[in-house]
Amino acid sequence: MIEATLLTKVFRDKKKGEIRAVDSVSFRVEPGRIYGLLGANGAGKTTTLRLIATLLKPTSGTVVVGGHDVVREPGRVRAGVGFLAASTALYARLTAREMIAYFGRLNGMGEAALRSRIGALAEQLDMNDFLDRRCDDLSTGMKQKTSIARTIVHDPQVLIFDEPTLGLDVMTARAVMTFVRECRDRGKTVVFSTHVMSEAEKLCDTIGIIHGGSLRAEGTLAQLLEKTGETDLEDCFVKIVVPEAAR
Amino acid sequence: MNPRMIGVVYRKELLHSLRDRRTIISMIVLPMVLMPLLMFAIGKTASTIVSKARTEVPRIMVIGGADSPGVRAELEKSGKFRVEKAADDWKRLISEKNVRAAVDIPDGFEKALASGSAPTVTIYDYQGELRSGIAAEQLSSFFIGLRDRATATLLTAHGLPTKIARPFDVARKNVAAPEKVGGNLLGGLVPYFIVILCLVGATHPAMDLAAGEKERGTMETLLCSPAARTDIVLGKFLMVLTGSLAAVFFSLLSLAGTVIAVGFAAQATGGLPSGPGLPTIDPLGILGVLAMIVPVSVLFSAIVFSLSLFAKNQKEAQSYVGPLIIVVIAPCAIAVLPGIDLSLGLSLVPIANVSLVCKEMLSGVWHWGYIALIFGSTAVYASVALAAAVAMFNRESVLFRS
Repeated sequence: MIEATLLTKVFRDKKKGEIRAVDSVSFRVEPGRIYGLLGANGAGKTTTLRLIATLLKPTSGTVVVGGHDVVREPGRVRAGVGFLAASTALYARLTAREMIAYFGRLNGMGEAALRSRIGALAEQLDMNDFLDRRCDDLSTGMKQKTSIARTIVHDPQVLIFDEPTLGLDVMTARAVMTFVRECRDRGKTVVFSTHVMSEAEKLCDTIGIIHGGSLRAEGTLAQLLEKTGETDLEDCFVKIVVPEAAR
Repeated sequence: MNPRMIGVVYRKELLHSLRDRRTIISMIVLPMVLMPLLMFAIGKTASTIVSKARTEVPRIMVIGGADSPGVRAELEKSGKFRVEKAADDWKRLISEKNVRAAVDIPDGFEKALASGSAPTVTIYDYQGELRSGIAAEQLSSFFIGLRDRATATLLTAHGLPTKIARPFDVARKNVAAPEKVGGNLLGGLVPYFIVILCLVGATHPAMDLAAGEKERGTMETLLCSPAARTDIVLGKFLMVLTGSLAAVFFSLLSLAGTVIAVGFAAQATGGLPSGPGLPTIDPLGILGVLAMIVPVSVLFSAIVFSLSLFAKNQKEAQSYVGPLIIVVIAPCAIAVLPGIDLSLGLSLVPIANVSLVCKEMLSGVWHWGYIALIFGSTAVYASVALAAAVAMFNRESVLFRS
């Protein structure tokens, strides 16, 4: 369960002055549901997700993840969260197995539990062929599988995906989408950000449209379409985000 | 702070670094090769330069003294000098090392000598230039000899024994073999290179696991883990420190190895080897240097690590660390300057103090008061730098600078 209340993040920039990257964003994600943050580049998706994952501290507002406040108990929050982004990379000179094991240890897992967990993950994600190869020798698809295994090695209840299909080919992207769906089916709380309409359409139970740091609309796909009177998510998105005069 | 977590981070960084060829080179290979090379190169060059300077017949110039042909003839006859034809630009010739020294014989010198008045002979040299100094020294001893002989002649003429002008003799003999002169030079240079290696050893791991991780996106992955930021930064810092200390350790190991090997060679041949002109170094001093260098390593590691953390990518980090080498070399060079000794003020100047005290220790001199003061002050500087690195890692504006 994730509950964000009036979440705000202000960056200070010497040239541009104050930038409100996230402005009073509130939303709620239940276990077994996928919440999709849909927005253009620079809309505030990544900052919002980083605030939930405690990578950044909110300027004001709160987020409670799995019963823990991100400001007061960041360590506890991270222990229950798996974070996967297009920008979260692998260590080139570690093998896939070492990479997963490192994050297991950082999560405080014991060696015996870690061994059986890696065995199970390798089986589940079909990684046995390349488990002992260095990450810089892996194909994009293999890297993505390793990243997924790294994300869920400690079996977190909350999963945060920040544009996880960015730069992936169709097959790898589909595998990632399937994985996100599986997480929901196993009762995890999932937040997923994307700028690809079709992904949001296919995956998300609830879609939040974010623009200029604030949440412009929220609802199921059907609710959003009904509200705007459109038949297509892209048209609906444009209608919400771009002011009438500019269209 | 969770020691177990620091250990997890450190072990991973060690594994990751040891698989990087560039880290291995800067941490182990370079320091191992540099020290023996330095010893042989400096020992050999210094001893050749000094012995060559001693055996060279210096070119000198005699200015004036046209009416004193006897002195000129004697100068040429002595075989110690090559007397060049006098030229007006003798000052320039000395500066350009075409002539080592010049001597100005005043007009009417021989006549004045015979009459008993005391004219002044002036010797010109280029101070600080080894061979010019040697030539001037030889000139001055030639004229002292000439004066003694003139005194003797005068005394004999007055029917006095020559002994009254020379109640005693003064003799000066050089005990330093040419290779010892090199040893002194090396004693100053070893700490200089060790301090630089200490920085170089820290540089590569620092770049790789701070700025490099930000650049490659693994820093974000790491920060998603529940490990506390302080544990992560300390684990990483320990790796940077390992790089620095390893560079120092391996350089001292190869230095000690060279010293021992030279010792064996000396025993085998029944005396000090004169060929390569290797300087002598106190083996206990090597251990002392190792102990003194620990806080310096912490200081450098923390500074380089902070700079690398602040940088957006490795390229930016390099542009910060590059100038740092110059900042470090300057105080280091102080220790190599002749005539600089430890003082209370100097023992508080970071890097210069360690460099100086290491020079002393390598030649077997132990100033315990200074050693304690220098160790303590460097430890204080190091703690401040480490605290800055930890504070830096807790700032999100630094971690997510883009």
